[in-house]
Amino acid sequence: MPSDQERILARAAREVVPGQIVNLGIGLPTLLFHYLPPEMEVLVHSENGVLGCQPLVAGSEPDLEMIDSGGAYIGTRPGASVFDSALSFAMIRRSRVDVTFMGAFEVDQQGNLANWKIPGKFFPGIGGAMELAQKVETLVVLCSHNDKHGNSKILRQCRLPLTAPHCVSRIITEKAVMQVTAAGLEVLDIAEGLDVAALREATEAELIIDEHRLGRF
Amino acid sequence: MTLLNHKHATIETAIASIPDGASIMVGGFGSPGTPFALLDELLAQGQKHLTLIKNDANEPDIGIGRLIRAGRVDRLITSHIGLNRIAIEEMNQGRLAVEMHPQGLLAEKIRCAGAGHYGFLTDIGLGTEIAEGRREIECDGRTWAIEPAIRADVALVHADLADAYGNLVYRGTAINFNPLMAMAADRVIAQAFRVEAPGYLTPERIHTPCAFISQIVRVDEATSEQGRRAHAV
Repeated sequence: MPSDQERILARAAREVVPGQIVNLGIGLPTLLFHYLPPEMEVLVHSENGVLGCQPLVAGSEPDLEMIDSGGAYIGTRPGASVFDSALSFAMIRRSRVDVTFMGAFEVDQQGNLANWKIPGKFFPGIGGAMELAQKVETLVVLCSHNDKHGNSKILRQCRLPLTAPHCVSRIITEKAVMQVTAAGLEVLDIAEGLDVAALREATEAELIIDEHRLGRF
Repeated sequence: MTLLNHKHATIETAIASIPDGASIMVGGFGSPGTPFALLDELLAQGQKHLTLIKNDANEPDIGIGRLIRAGRVDRLITSHIGLNRIAIEEMNQGRLAVEMHPQGLLAEKIRCAGAGHYGFLTDIGLGTEIAEGRREIECDGRTWAIEPAIRADVALVHADLADAYGNLVYRGTAINFNPLMAMAADRVIAQAFRVEAPGYLTPERIHTPCAFISQIVRVDEATSEQGRRAHAV
């Protein structure tokens, strides 16, 4: 049995199309790096100013001036470039980054995302999340389906301050893959071994489920 | 502005030109590109009531983290301070005024000042909490937020390589905010691991032309005090 995290990441890797420019948010999405085949022609963008980063080869000496936006030491692949912070965000605001993967505190059935601030508890800053969420064409949320108290993170309406309204395309949790549509949140895939009733029970948002078309992952 | 042939300076004289209460831009995203030697000299000289403008707050014991810890910073204009628990604590206790901006807007506000403008129009953050308190304007049938530019009295930047006129070349992800800040402050002090004679750098290789640079300080790449710093994360 894969862990919840492995299940999310393995499924998320299937979202990446060769030839794309991809941004990986801090936390769980960064690990997606390791699920993309090295020969796959994808350029990973990091908002501190690099296009074409890749994980360091294990055991190699890090270059102290090559990090990603999460602070990890990185290498670069053929075709990579480095640039200043204004240019890096021009690339984001002009929607030249094809897909971004981000974590979430809350996400709702309208595609609203909250992942930067818990008033009174957690406010280290904003970073690049707001511009990525607002401007990247395809935003895929990778997160656990429920918080550590068991509460659904997939809501009818976000309660925390939004990172951006109506920005999420798809949500991948350990329980389901859900697509934000005009009609609501449509379940595309459900985790192996989980039944529809249990998924609904674990989810606050209203789910659109066609059991005949449901995939497994 | 300093004459071309008078820019090469010692670190002591360059930093001594900064008064108490100055607003100071500091290059760097985390450790790469942070002008650690200039910041350590600023700590040693004792200037206080500073306003700092930096993407992040470094970590508690390096870079601007040391200035914050020493109580020398009144105000910080930044994007994310998650790697510095002391800065978060100082902010929460009300001892450090922190102004947070989305990272790309922070970069653009600095770039804008560096281009000689006073602000720009954007749709970033509309419909979110950061839109509260921003002035808005109608243009081409849509509503935009006005983002004023950010300038400073002084910028402290780090380059890999320079010449004695102050032409700069950056390296790797140490570029980040440095070329933007090098254009957006009245007085720009650059540190570089190497300072060569004019002519050493071919013209098309130069990232920041010397016209923007007031003083150039050579720092020693080989020492732990002045060289590249490892990141704690």
